[in-house]
Amino acid sequence: MNFHPADIKHLNEWKRVIIPDDRDLYKIDSYLAQGGYNALKKSLEMKPEEIIDEVKKSNLRGRGGACFPTGLKWSFMPKNSDKPKYLCVNGDESEPGTFKDRQILEYNPHLLIEGAIIACYAMGVTTAYIYIRGEYNKWIKMLQKAIDDAYAKEFIGENILGKEFSTQVYIHRGAGAYICGEESSLMNSIEGARGYPRVKPPFPAQSGLWGCPTTINNVETISNIPLIISNGWEWYCKIGADKHPGPILVGVSGNVNHPGVFEMPTGKPLLEIIYEWAGGVPGNKGIKAVIPGGSSTMILRGDRLEGIRMDAESLKDAGSSVGTAGIIVMDEDTDLIEVITRIAQFYYQESCGQCTPCREGTNWMFKILKRFQKYEAKSEDIDLLLDIANNIEGNTICALGDAAAWPVQSAIHNFRDEFEKCVEMSRIQTIVA
Amino acid sequence: MLSEENQKKVEELRKRYPTSQALILPVLWIVQEQEGYISEDSMKHVASLLNVPFVQILGVVSFYSMLQKKRTGKNHIEVCTNVSCMLRGSEKILQHIEKRLGIKAGETSPDQKWTLSEAECMGSCGNAPMLVIGDEYYENLTIEKVDELIDKLK
Repeated sequence: MNFHPADIKHLNEWKRVIIPDDRDLYKIDSYLAQGGYNALKKSLEMKPEEIIDEVKKSNLRGRGGACFPTGLKWSFMPKNSDKPKYLCVNGDESEPGTFKDRQILEYNPHLLIEGAIIACYAMGVTTAYIYIRGEYNKWIKMLQKAIDDAYAKEFIGENILGKEFSTQVYIHRGAGAYICGEESSLMNSIEGARGYPRVKPPFPAQSGLWGCPTTINNVETISNIPLIISNGWEWYCKIGADKHPGPILVGVSGNVNHPGVFEMPTGKPLLEIIYEWAGGVPGNKGIKAVIPGGSSTMILRGDRLEGIRMDAESLKDAGSSVGTAGIIVMDEDTDLIEVITRIAQFYYQESCGQCTPCREGTNWMFKILKRFQKYEAKSEDIDLLLDIANNIEGNTICALGDAAAWPVQSAIHNFRDEFEKCVEMSRIQTIVA
Repeated sequence: MLSEENQKKVEELRKRYPTSQALILPVLWIVQEQEGYISEDSMKHVASLLNVPFVQILGVVSFYSMLQKKRTGKNHIEVCTNVSCMLRGSEKILQHIEKRLGIKAGETSPDQKWTLSEAECMGSCGNAPMLVIGDEYYENLTIEKVDELIDKLK
């Protein structure tokens, strides 16, 4: 089991709202006792467009990796449609270094459910599918229990709270494919097809699930909705960073003393997160490198972290991105080539094979990186790697290609000396042999 | 081929989706839970049950890594070796299990008791290194903990 955030004593400066102290919140009675489902009641007294407006003004940006403004995404949904409309909640959570949505499923599933129902009401959706990665079966069962309880209290189903509004919420279990976290691939997976990403446009709001208007939001994004409705957009947009506000679940893993998921306002300095929240590096070692937002984000140099903050703008300025806010810390003894090779292996494994640059390129990058690992690399291999990465980036249907290219590009850009060292070792080995 | 109870489950599931094709993944999960893996006969059965072409089922089964095409050992151990686990010693954990069980990652023991696999990130980076057996997550692993676990399952 995870540690509960309430176990960490020194983090009391921020009063947690996504995963509060109450350890019984997963039970519907405890959730109700804490004012749960009041946001839903409030929402049903509002007009749907007022809710979308509230979310827009809150400046909530998606927590699944792309940081897209949630209210704006919702406003793309057609108001009048003769087709049914759908909501997909993305809980595929497979980005290496990311383990935050799991905390919501375990500790506060009703917040997610309440958010999903409000989202359905705001967009006129009658069916929501919560897509959860297959490995999370234990958490799927926890969420299903919470959904059953919400049905029993008539928060989901027909004529919710006596109003004209009806919606259904179902879980759809994935089966072990990273690519299904990509929104169009996720929809194909629900439709019962191979999880291939679709060409955009058309965008999901025009033609999504079964060709109907569809919105896809991350689990954490949807869990922010009840908080915005309850407390108002003015409260929300003042939390953390101006252009990327709100509470955020930050996962810290790798070489730190206290790895885990921490809820905090956006915009905290990376160094504060690593040293104060996650307890610093074991053995007081220095930091060689940091991946700030899951393995798809550009890798940063450990000696250039000063001033970088955990929000979309600051990380963009630093040449990376906030991604899923899954920070991976590597200490000074880390073999960076080994790390990049492992990441390349992951994208090679998970490429769906639809687009040639990604299908072939991820394999080539992995093979070439293995040459560096085995000290069999030539000096031209460094630029060859870059050339392949540059030819994958932007040339594929979905962002998996970019996600495979960025770690390689940024590793060479920031740690070229490590690659050159491998080339030199390869040369010496050839002479000795 | 599906048990009566599972057939009922399938009928319940039909209400959730507008097409029967969408039931492929949920029904394949039911088959795998009942049989332990998905045989070609099961795939044919699902195809006729849902009235979709066999090739559609085959396409789905071959796409998703969690759908087992072959019977696995009684205990299927999956060790995460992705970056966060790697930085915290997953390689040593995997090597130790290989030594203990006498099989390599990707293999099943001759007595069908164990299957060992290397896995991608399973969302347990804060409790690395980790392994999964069935639905159960075993986290913050040490060599001692792994020994204890294998002894218990033996």
